[in-house]
Amino acid sequence: MLRSSSSERGPLWRDPAVRALVIQALLLLGLAALIVMLVTNTLANLEARGITTGLGFLQERAGFSIPQTLIAYSGDSTYGRTFVVGLLNTLLVSGLGIVAATVIGFAVGIARLSSNWLLARLAAAYVEIFRNIPLLVQILFWYFAVLQALPSPRQSLSLFEALFLNVRGLMMPAPVPQPGFDATLWALALAVAAVVGLSLYARRLQARTGRALPVYRLGALILIGLPLAVFLVTGRPLAWDVPALAGFNFKGGVTIIPELMALWLALSIYTASFIAEIVRSGIQSVPSGQVEAARAISLPGNITLRKIVIPQAMRVIVPQLTSQYLNLIKNSSLATAIGYPDLVAVFAGTTLNQTGQAIEIIAMTMAVYLLISLVVSALMNLYNARTLMKER
Amino acid sequence: MAEMATRIEMIEARRPPDLRRGVLGWLRANLFDGPRNSVITLCVLAVLGWGLWPLVQWALIDADWLGSTREACSGEGACWVFISARFETIVYGFYPEAARWRVDTVFMMLGLLIAWLAIPRLPAKRWVGLFALVGFPVVAYVLLLGGHFGLMAVPTREWGGLMLTLTVAVVGIVGSLPLGVVLALGRRSRMPLVRGVCVVFIEFWRGVPLITVLFMASVMLPLFVPNEVEFDKLLRALIGIMFFWSAYMAEVVRGGLQAIPKGQEEAAKALGMGYWRRMGLIVLPQALKLVIPGIVNTFIALFKDTSLVLIIGLFDLLAIIRSGLTDSNWLGFATEGYVFAALMFWVFCFSMSRYSQYIERRLHTGHRN
Amino acid sequence: MATTNTASAPADEPMISVEGLNKWYGDFHVLRDIDLTVAKGERIVICGPSGSGKSTLIRCLNHLEEHQQGRIVVDGVTMTQDVKRIEQIRRNVGMVFQHFNLFPHLSVLDNCCISQTWVQKKPRAEAEKTAMEFLERVRIADQAHKYPGQLSGGQQQRVAIARALCMRPEVMLFDEPTSALDPEMIKEVLDVMVELARDGMTMLCVTHEMGFAKTVADRVIFMDQGQIIEQAPPETFFNHPQSDRTQMFLSQILGH
Repeated sequence: MLRSSSSERGPLWRDPAVRALVIQALLLLGLAALIVMLVTNTLANLEARGITTGLGFLQERAGFSIPQTLIAYSGDSTYGRTFVVGLLNTLLVSGLGIVAATVIGFAVGIARLSSNWLLARLAAAYVEIFRNIPLLVQILFWYFAVLQALPSPRQSLSLFEALFLNVRGLMMPAPVPQPGFDATLWALALAVAAVVGLSLYARRLQARTGRALPVYRLGALILIGLPLAVFLVTGRPLAWDVPALAGFNFKGGVTIIPELMALWLALSIYTASFIAEIVRSGIQSVPSGQVEAARAISLPGNITLRKIVIPQAMRVIVPQLTSQYLNLIKNSSLATAIGYPDLVAVFAGTTLNQTGQAIEIIAMTMAVYLLISLVVSALMNLYNARTLMKER
Repeated sequence: MAEMATRIEMIEARRPPDLRRGVLGWLRANLFDGPRNSVITLCVLAVLGWGLWPLVQWALIDADWLGSTREACSGEGACWVFISARFETIVYGFYPEAARWRVDTVFMMLGLLIAWLAIPRLPAKRWVGLFALVGFPVVAYVLLLGGHFGLMAVPTREWGGLMLTLTVAVVGIVGSLPLGVVLALGRRSRMPLVRGVCVVFIEFWRGVPLITVLFMASVMLPLFVPNEVEFDKLLRALIGIMFFWSAYMAEVVRGGLQAIPKGQEEAAKALGMGYWRRMGLIVLPQALKLVIPGIVNTFIALFKDTSLVLIIGLFDLLAIIRSGLTDSNWLGFATEGYVFAALMFWVFCFSMSRYSQYIERRLHTGHRN
Repeated sequence: MATTNTASAPADEPMISVEGLNKWYGDFHVLRDIDLTVAKGERIVICGPSGSGKSTLIRCLNHLEEHQQGRIVVDGVTMTQDVKRIEQIRRNVGMVFQHFNLFPHLSVLDNCCISQTWVQKKPRAEAEKTAMEFLERVRIADQAHKYPGQLSGGQQQRVAIARALCMRPEVMLFDEPTSALDPEMIKEVLDVMVELARDGMTMLCVTHEMGFAKTVADRVIFMDQGQIIEQAPPETFFNHPQSDRTQMFLSQILGH
């Protein structure tokens, strides 16, 4: 904190360096005081209510059942297992939502730029309608107004007598691999490897001779053809467990519970309206001069799109897209409003009500979301650093 | 060499020979421009006819509008009687009938303030804005809560409906904007501790879902204060919402601060201004003006998320409608209920987003000139 | 008159011929009854006030703009709506833009290789060799592995010229190539263009650089209100302008 001309020094309280120190010291003191106050109050309150702190409750028996579990779970499982079940359910609906929202969002975003006036208007209407209605309203609408209004299992809507839609959810046939199905899986793995090899070879071939192979078409052929051929040759070793009506409900097959469907629908439709806007603005952010220059050197339309427009649009799109994905993951916590057993519903909801361990449970729940945010942001920074446009 | 002539007579401009005029020309250019576009047009028309028409029929043509009981519903289309029969509750919640004029007064003041601030031509924005941020909340607080000046006290558990939704939204924005500005300035501070605290605060709230914040506010906040302090449920939710959105507001404001050229602050320094004057008189006014669209967009998000308070048991617009659905006299009107709720929120959010787009266009032209 | 080394059309046939060209933007009549013939190896400078349609004219020549009436023939190929034919014309016509329009996500070398790779389907090594050859010619070979954003405006414009030349076009179109440049960079770009002219390239150049017009142009065309007002060899054009409009324009541009 030495100054070169100490004789010129004014009063101490006008020295910016001293001021900065004092302000920060005060801030530190204030924070410390706040924390001490909160901790004493909390401890006193917890004692008054007879709640013991700590994570010991995670080993206790939960005693309640969960309608959708991706891992084995029963009422005898521990609260720790409840946490994992809830987390997996959150990740499941988030993953499904991200895929669907991306597909719908890109389709609508591109449709907004269509030269067809009607299509562009329709896409714009989609965006304006769905992004301006609260997600919670949309979730409740799909769940209570649409899915709960479906017929009972006996009057199910059915498609090919294999898919059944009713108030209990969507029942689908489940694939049951028979002996010998492994060969098909191996063929699929082989096909993936072959496609990777093909694309590497095609790149080398083009560099060496200039000849470009139709990689996409060949790749698709290999990816579908090879496993299919093996599957047929080995005698179609796959059976389907088709759901069938037994009494008042269906037995067999896979059931997508209505809670998952409603949440998935609402999350994808809502988030897609934001993604559509991101895609549109991303594509529009590529200056028209870029396309003109590509045309002027006679690049064909599809190459212009693949090599000039998309790479530049993606730099704008990807960071915003990631933040929409994060929003979707966080928004999936609205599951609790319709009883989809996500992390917040089963852990910060039921478990909290049963154990009263408010601090630990809220902290753990928040930590999960924070961790997801941090990991995604870190990946995003990596991407940004990699694709950073080189500037003077 | 080719022609070397000089043109003496100028060629007059002519009308284009194009057929792209008139209704037919427009249709051809925009809808039936080549086989691909024609197919797309027909597909879209089919989707609209198949999806939109039944909706219109249900919501408008076959709908029942008049009456006050369930008997008025014919069951062919939507029965809006369900909404009109409980419209008062949807607007005022359980607010005592005798005191509803107070809510109306506050609504009116709010409408006037917003209109004044939103119409660019009206003068004295700064003072009106200051009143909206400082004076209005006090007046609204006294009027709505009562208990002073001979007004009957109305506890917050009797608040509900649109009135509660607007209260949460307005308190949210009035609280989160100033806090957001402070956080944004703090994040750009040169003092490492100040900056660190602000970064952690902002990133924490931005990393968690609002639901967990509301849960935290409703179950953890009471633990944080001495046992004898009574904490109102609504107040707890409001604190959570304010903190949560202040973080988003801070990032919006920070964007504006970054967009102000460094020369502005240097010029202010050269004029001998201290930090608070530089910020308050030079940098912030410009930055805030620049991010009005961002602030409005954040407000739209906040407004939509006010519906989440139903999860911790407050009766906002959505919750009131939902509770009406469980009324045994009115079972089976979920579609009408949620469509109406959606429409209410949509009208507010859509008009705000239009306003934000309008401001954005105005800003852009302002910069170009 | 110099001839290009790779002649595809007979020497007596014009490189570009434009007859009765008319174009409208909406109801605005931008190009009015344009007739223009450009011989092989001819160097033409087009000037005129802004909004006179000069950029639009040369952008019609490689179908960056669509015209509504008239006929355009480039190197024996008549312009139609057919995409294949348009691409064929574009392969023979290089273009340099006012704002360079380099691809910012590709290196200088890749900017020059992309059309050789995807249009001419050349092996990478050969494409790179051609690219380096032309980068050498515009004296920027040492920057081949940098990205456009790392170069100065003058350097970027020279790369843009090299990129266009890599397709070995018969004609080069220049759309105000020096208007977006700082004064000290204009010369380096003009030098490259002068050299190109010396090598016998057919050139159409929209520019206000009257010095350039005097040194290299075979013909100067003056446009106003979407029409060709006057065209003459530079000598006649600058010393004895015929029309009032031309005189006024010249006094404005040379006057200060």
